[in-house]
Amino acid sequence: MSATSRRRGPLIASGTETVTQALAGERRAIARLISLMERGGAEARQVLSQLHPHTGQAHIVGITGAPGTGKSTLVAEMAKVYRRQGQSVGIVAVDPTSPFSGGAFLGDRIRMRELATDRQVFIRSMATRGSLGGLARATADAVHVLDASGYPVILVETVGAGQSEVDIARVAHTTIVLQMPASGDEIQAIKAGILEIADILAVNKADLAGADNIVTALQAMLDLGSARSEWHHGQLLDAEGVVSDSSGEQLSWRPPVLKTCALRGEGVEELLAAVQTHWQYQCDTGVREYRERERANDELRRILRHDLMARLLDRIADTDLVDTVERIVAREEDPYSAAERLIAASGLEAG
Amino acid sequence: MAETKIRVLIAKPGLDGHDRGAKVVARALRDAGMEVIYIGLRQTPEMIVEAALQEDVDVVGLSILSGAHMAIVPRVIHLLEEYGLSNVAVFLGGIIPDEDVLVLRELGVRGIYGPGTFLDDIVQEIRREVTAH
Ligand SMILES: Nc1nc2c(ncn2[C@@H]2O[C@H](COP(=O)(O)OP(=O)(O)OP(=O)(O)O)[C@@H](O)[C@H]2O)c(=O)[nH]1
Ligand SMILES: [Mg+2]
Repeated sequence: MSATSRRRGPLIASGTETVTQALAGERRAIARLISLMERGGAEARQVLSQLHPHTGQAHIVGITGAPGTGKSTLVAEMAKVYRRQGQSVGIVAVDPTSPFSGGAFLGDRIRMRELATDRQVFIRSMATRGSLGGLARATADAVHVLDASGYPVILVETVGAGQSEVDIARVAHTTIVLQMPASGDEIQAIKAGILEIADILAVNKADLAGADNIVTALQAMLDLGSARSEWHHGQLLDAEGVVSDSSGEQLSWRPPVLKTCALRGEGVEELLAAVQTHWQYQCDTGVREYRERERANDELRRILRHDLMARLLDRIADTDLVDTVERIVAREEDPYSAAERLIAASGLEAG
Repeated sequence: MAETKIRVLIAKPGLDGHDRGAKVVARALRDAGMEVIYIGLRQTPEMIVEAALQEDVDVVGLSILSGAHMAIVPRVIHLLEEYGLSNVAVFLGGIIPDEDVLVLRELGVRGIYGPGTFLDDIVQEIRREVTAH
């Protein structure tokens, strides 16, 4: 028997046992369940069903930002502070899969060396395996595994693609967007869209020149945004960036802009205080439940879409699909009518 | 649907300074379609095995140029067993004297590669080890 089948074989027979072990915090079981999530398929779904009642406990914190902004270094420093506070920490660090080879170089652990033998810290490196948007398809499921296994804080480092890392806002309760000082065109370095997903903005490498310029630029952008009274995560921001209810309680959130120097661990405690404030704000104002519902809604729709599609394709012969494509290309049929016809012929709509 | 990738942990234990060779191998394995978890320099056996556990790897690759292989490799293998990871294949790169090669193979090291080894051979042997029969 090969190493792979030896190692992975028993899981098929005793998925439930592995789930029990993971729920009890056994690290090897947790690791194997995450691998199962990466492989996907029916068994992964079955395990997720078993884990679901145990999830929803963790505070999930996302860290995103352009390549080399210091995400991994900061994640390690954050984990160290959580550990000093007595909390165990789960970490998922995502790096890109090479589109050419399908392989990946996962290097985030290099910066997390100091956490390497702390048994209360569980670090998992993940390759995107073709997913765009900054996370792997299985990242959310890996987070579910860690959540169910009892990690109260889970830090998720996205790919540093520097553009559309929007997935993280769907997975995390609190998203930290990292910036760093740049020479010259600082303003351009701040990508549009980033403010929409940021709950906290951190300017890392504050030891380098130009950090204050970035802070000022970010504050100015936030001022612009709130002057237009934008919805931010379902909450209305007024000109002051704050909406109060009759009791004068703050109902909306303006992302704070903080400076950190991850290399020296500076500003990290303040960052965690902001993370905690954001969590408290979400719990107090109902934003947490609102987002939870949004997430569940998203997930359900995604699963429905996937499952319906799979069932539909099961009922349509490949040759039928090929023929239809030919007819569309030959302008004998338009794609909308073709879709209608195929769905009708599938029998899925019966009744 | 089910997607299985070979996962390899590459570490540079011991105190010798640079990891160029380890990185070259890591890149070759990535280019061969494997997922390489690179953990870098100055790794103790405890760090390596803990990472192997969390990352659920198929293979641990060690690069040791310091001559400390007889101190490090048996300890890694012992810890892997202790952690219930004896199915993880251990590969070793470095300048290893013949008599040590015999001992290390006896201990269960699957591949030992000296300077001048073709990267392709390492790739093939890891593939064979993980997917064979
Ligand atoms: N000067 C300075 N350098 C830092 C700081 N934080 C991180 N770095 C350095 O920035 C480089 C990149 O750090 P990483 O933590 O790997 O950055 P990353 O965002 O995780 O990188 P990718 O995962 O590759 O996108 C490293 O050389 C770090 O040592 C800081 O606060 N100040
Ligand atoms: Mg990183």
